[in-house]
This record gives sequence, structure tokens and C-alpha cells, in this order.
Amino acid sequence: MIEMMIIFAYLALLLILGIFASRLFRGTSQDYMLASHSIGPFLLLMSLFGTTMTAFALVGSTGEAYKEGIGVYGMLASSSGIIHSLCFFLLGVKLWTFGRKYGYTTQIQYFRDRLDSDKIGLLLFPILVSLVIPYLLIGVMASGVVMNSVTEGAFTSTFAEYDYGLPPWIGSLIICVVVLIYVFFGGMRGTAWANTFQTAVFMVLGIITFWIISSKLGGVDAASEAVAERNPSKLMRSVAPADEERYEKDYAAWQTLAQYNFATQDAKLFTLSPEQTKTAYDEFKPRMPNWQKRAEAVYAKKNGLLNDLSIAQKNEALVLQDDRQLPEPRPEWWDTVLLDHESLEQYPRDEAAQFNAYEMYGANIGHPAEDLDPENPAAGKKWTRKKATGVYRATKWAPEAPVGTDPWQFLTYIFVPLSVGMFPHLFQHWLTAKSASSFKLPVVAHPVFIMIVWVPCVLVGVWATSAVIDGKPLFPPHFPANAVLPAMVKQMTSPVLTGLLSAGILAAIMSSLDSQFLCLGTMFTEDVMVHYGGKGRYTDRQVVIMARTFIILIVALTYFFSLYEPRRVFQLGVWTFSGFSSLFPLVFASLYWKRLTKPGAYACILTAISLWTFLFWKSDFAAIANFSINFGGENLIGVTQPGQRIETGVIQTQPVMVMVLGSALIMVLVSLVTKPPRKEVVGRFFPEESD
Amino acid sequence: MKYFVWGLVVLLIILHQDIWFWSDRYLVFGFIPIGLAYHAGISMAAAFVWFLATQFTWPKGLDDIVAEESSPVEAAGESKGGAQ
Repeated sequence: MIEMMIIFAYLALLLILGIFASRLFRGTSQDYMLASHSIGPFLLLMSLFGTTMTAFALVGSTGEAYKEGIGVYGMLASSSGIIHSLCFFLLGVKLWTFGRKYGYTTQIQYFRDRLDSDKIGLLLFPILVSLVIPYLLIGVMASGVVMNSVTEGAFTSTFAEYDYGLPPWIGSLIICVVVLIYVFFGGMRGTAWANTFQTAVFMVLGIITFWIISSKLGGVDAASEAVAERNPSKLMRSVAPADEERYEKDYAAWQTLAQYNFATQDAKLFTLSPEQTKTAYDEFKPRMPNWQKRAEAVYAKKNGLLNDLSIAQKNEALVLQDDRQLPEPRPEWWDTVLLDHESLEQYPRDEAAQFNAYEMYGANIGHPAEDLDPENPAAGKKWTRKKATGVYRATKWAPEAPVGTDPWQFLTYIFVPLSVGMFPHLFQHWLTAKSASSFKLPVVAHPVFIMIVWVPCVLVGVWATSAVIDGKPLFPPHFPANAVLPAMVKQMTSPVLTGLLSAGILAAIMSSLDSQFLCLGTMFTEDVMVHYGGKGRYTDRQVVIMARTFIILIVALTYFFSLYEPRRVFQLGVWTFSGFSSLFPLVFASLYWKRLTKPGAYACILTAISLWTFLFWKSDFAAIANFSINFGGENLIGVTQPGQRIETGVIQTQPVMVMVLGSALIMVLVSLVTKPPRKEVVGRFFPEESD
Repeated sequence: MKYFVWGLVVLLIILHQDIWFWSDRYLVFGFIPIGLAYHAGISMAAAFVWFLATQFTWPKGLDDIVAEESSPVEAAGESKGGAQ
């Protein structure tokens, strides 16, 4: 309950800030959408940083480090430090200049002018809006999940199906309403102020959390040494032999379990007699819930009862045990080659299967404050539904293989942060700057800010892999990576800090949501209503009313879509960034290449979106894990297929690389073979060259 | 100086691909894995390089251009779809 009160106090503070900002509103559309170009260096730094860093900066960075180790910093953070500032410097400053000179508010207004094409808006508008919407949905849904986790057990008898916490749909609704209020009243000024406040909140709380967690783990040295001992691969980007050895042993035991379950439940080849079962249990040292099945599996294997299974049956056993979809039709090799773990992971998993846990562990599920056994308090507290699904995953699914970072994937991931160059909400923030010099501080300080937030989070994520409390690992296998930081804070700190850190996580989410809501409202108003309605048709006051109305509609629609809980939307994150990155060549060429032509720009956009759609489809709509474009091996070029084992020596690259290079190449070729743009257009955007 | 600064940006991108620390788990100061410490250093170096960029390659006269040109252009309504 304390946590919930702290969060509500924080949200109230945010509303006061937004309403205070609205008192400075000058009543014009320029002021509402661009804060009358009044944002100085510090506010610009904080609002740009807050907008580019989503909840991923705190929760995702810890989660990714927990899964992949320290390599995530180089892949996601230090590359962003270089590329984001590059975009602010090379694109932001120039776009700000043109925005001020020609009065732009949206990207589309700029492209219509620069490319001398009114119709370019019809092509770009739906693409940009479609790419922002999944990004918005991720924020809205994540806020509901955070609110639910932090309030778990806060209610005594209501919301049992949500672990007695605030249901995600109410949590998301509260966040949407708060963001809507301060964006509605405060416009861009309210957004910039709120972003600054929220960025400061999540940075400070992140550092405090790091300090407390490291102390609880016995200090920074002890925490890192524990990782060196138990999970050494997490401290580097290749796999340590000790981790590989332990995994191979665990995987072999899991294969036996899968085959035993298949032989007894699906193929019905045999059933252990009561005597055999007793012997199995006597010979097995129980270590985890559901140990009985493992004991029976070991007995069956030892006594040759699994020898009659064919290779096809063994493959089917592995897929079913791991809750994955069986391939239809079966591949040619299915009867002759035993599926390895890497290939197995390419088959999409039926994530809903874990909800069988509610039935399996129904007797253990209840209010987390109640004793599991009232007569034996030492047996612990009742399980939450989250814990039940966690036990299901840990005892049923294959052990997690230690993974290294592929140098080619690491290299080609550097194309992903180029996406900031085409974020429509960032374009709008750039235009709020008071002067070109206001960009200097964000350009310089952005990489340092990323470091301040990410280094502690990555360390905490890595430490989480090996943290032990009361002799037991803090996290079981398959623990949801994004829940690692909130769970650590809850278990290792006080309710006050848990409430504060949750407010920090919500701050990171809201500081992106507000800009995106405002940006979409602005785009619908300026690029559709004002543009097609005709100049002078609306008064400035009507334009502000329209923008506010669109913002309400967009918030309502986003919230409505989030109610359907499209879980796959979380897998879309990197795909939406890749989509924006694939349009980077367009914005770059429009500023630095006067030979860019209208057909070249159309070709660039069409190529980008075609490649994106094609590759997204080939990835089975983001369902194939570690989807990549592969060079070498049997085929000169190919994409990761379900069940495919990637040969050694094959170069695996991120799909974004092909999208960016493809759209750039086609843009250049088409521009070179088509008529150069009109001199007047070139003169407006390249005055020094045309003189 | 301009070419030197842009050369440093390219160098940063090359140094970012640190294959030399790929399998090294040495703990700097006893707790930061070297691969992480190195990339934190890349972030600091990026800030320094961007500082040099703002000092030596910053386009001149941008604010003056805006001050001179924005008012008459906007007033004449020359922009297509500019904020009204």
C-alpha cells in the first residue's frame, strides 16, 4: 500500500507541474505545439534524453544484461551515445534552422517543401503513424504491468485474478489520463517541463537503487565475484567453458524429461509401476518443484525404457515439452536428424501454455500475505499467479543456453539508433529549441547521460544472474527479464524505495508517451486538417482546439487497443526502430545532397517499407528468435528459417542493415537517373551552393 | 580541424567494435568487467569528440539567419503547411 501511495503522490506532483506549465500558455498554436521555440539548452537536453529513453532504459537494460550479459551496453548504449548525438548534430540543428525559417511544425511539412511534392505526405503520414503506434502501445501496456506488479497484494479480497494488485487495465488508464491532462493543458511546454522533471527522477532513483542493491549483495566487488564464479559468460561476450559444461548437463537431463513425458503421455509406450516409481524417487535427490517427473525420467532412461522412441518422436517430444509449435509439414530431415537446441528455439513458442500453471498449482495460489499452510508457517506464503507461471516455466521449458554476442550482429546493430533521425516526436522537440546553440549541450551530454543510466542498470542485471538469498538463487530459470529490476527492488529494498523506483520507471515511460501523443495530435492537425482544409480556414484558436481533440482521440484509441493485450507488440520494439532507421537515408540526403530528386525520395520510402514488410513477414511477424540476414554458407544470402541451424562461418547481420543500405542505394540510383530538382527548391535549402 | 574531428567520429565507430575484449572477463577496480568499462570509456570519449565538434565544426551564423529571415518569410506565408 505504501508503494501505491508514493506512486499516486508522484502522479499528483506531475499533474501540478503540467497545470503550472499551462499557466504560461500564450494561447497560440506555435506555443502549444512548439513552446514558441523557447526551450533552452538544459530543458532541451533533458527533454530529448527523456524522450529517447523509454522504460527500456531502466527495466530493459537490466533485463537484457540479465539475459545476455555486459555485451548489451556496447550493442545498445555506447552505440546510441555516438549515433544519437550524430543525429542531433547533423540533422537536428539543420532541421531546426529550416523549421524556424519556413515555419514548420511537422516532418511532413518539411518533406513536402524540400521534395517539392505535396503527395509525399500521403505516403509518409501513414508510415510514420503506423510506426509510432506500436511504440505507444508498448508504453501504455508496460505502465499497466508496472502498476500491477508494484501494487501486488495491496488489496485484501478484490482483484484476485491480478494477484490482489491494481489490474493492468486500470494502471494503464491512470497513466493515460495523467499524461493526457498535462499534455492537454501544458502542450509542448508542459511536456518539456514534465520530461525534465521525470528524467531527473529516473536518473537519481536509478543511482540510489544501484547503491542499495550493491550493498545488499555484499558490495560491488562481492557481487561481481559471484558472477565470475557462477555465470562467468555474463561478464564478457563469449561463452565460458564452465557455463557451456553446466548447460550441456542440464540440457541432456531436460531431453530425458521431454522424452519421458512424450513416451508416457503422448505415445503411451509404457507406464511405471508403483514399485518402479518408488525406486525412482528413492534414487533421486529432489531439488526443485515437480522433481517427481524428473526422477521418473531418470529411472526410465537408466533402464532403457526410452530406447524405443524414434528420432521423429524425440523431436516431437522436445517441441512439445518446450511449448513450441510443431512444424507443418514436418521438414525432410525430421525423421533422421535430432533437433538441437538452437534449431528448436526457432519454432515459435505458445506463450499462453504457461497459464496452465493456474490449474496445476491452483492449491498454492492465493493472497501473497497468507500462509501456504496455516499450521506450518515455515512452508512459506501463498503463491501469486506470476510465481505459479514462473515455476511452470522453470520446471517445464528447456534450460537457457549460455549465449555470446555475435560480432557481426554487434556491428550491424549500430544501424538501429539511426532511427532517432526519423522519429517524428523528436523532430518536434528539435524545433522547440530557442537557438541553434541550444543543441550544443544535448549533443555533448547525451552520451554521458546514457552512461549514467545504463552502466548501473547493466551491472545490476549481471549481478542478478548470480545473486543468492538464503542459499537459493534469487531468480529461477526463464524469469521474465523485464521483471528483474522491479523484483530485485521489491525483495532487497524497503517499500518506500520500491514505490519511488516504480515512480521512476513510470517516469521513463511517461516521458516518451507524452511527446508521442502530442506529436500525433500535431500531425493529424497540421498535416491533415490544416493542410487539406486550406490555409486561413481555421483560426489559431481553432487549430489549438483541434490539436487537443486529436490528442484525446489518440490517447483513447491507444488505450482501447491496449485492452486487447497484443502481447506480440513487445516483440515489435526493434522492428519499429528498424523501420524509422530505414528512412534515415531520406532525411540525411534531403539535408546534404541537393541532387536528391522527388522520384528518388519516393523510391527510398517504397524500398524501405517493402524491405521492412518482406523481412517482417519472413521473421514470422517477429516470432522467430534472433532473426537475421545471413551471408555465406550453403546460400550466398538467406534469412533465418524456423528450425534452421546456422552453420559456422555464416555472417549473421541485423535486418536493419539491409533496410538502410537498400533504401539508400535505390534512392541514390533513382535520383541520379531522374530530372534534378528545381533550382528554386535547391536554392531554398542549399543557399550557399546556389549563390 | 573539421576533418580531424570527423576522423575522430569514424575512429570512435571503429573502436566501438572491440573484438580484443570479447572473451576477457577481467574486473577493473575489482568489480567492472573490462568489456563494460571499455564501452563506458567509449561513451565518455563520444562526449569529448562531440564537444570538439561543437567547438570546431559548428555551422556559423545559424541563429543570425533565423533572426533575419524567419519573420518576413513567415509573415508572407511562403511556407507550405507551416504552422498558422
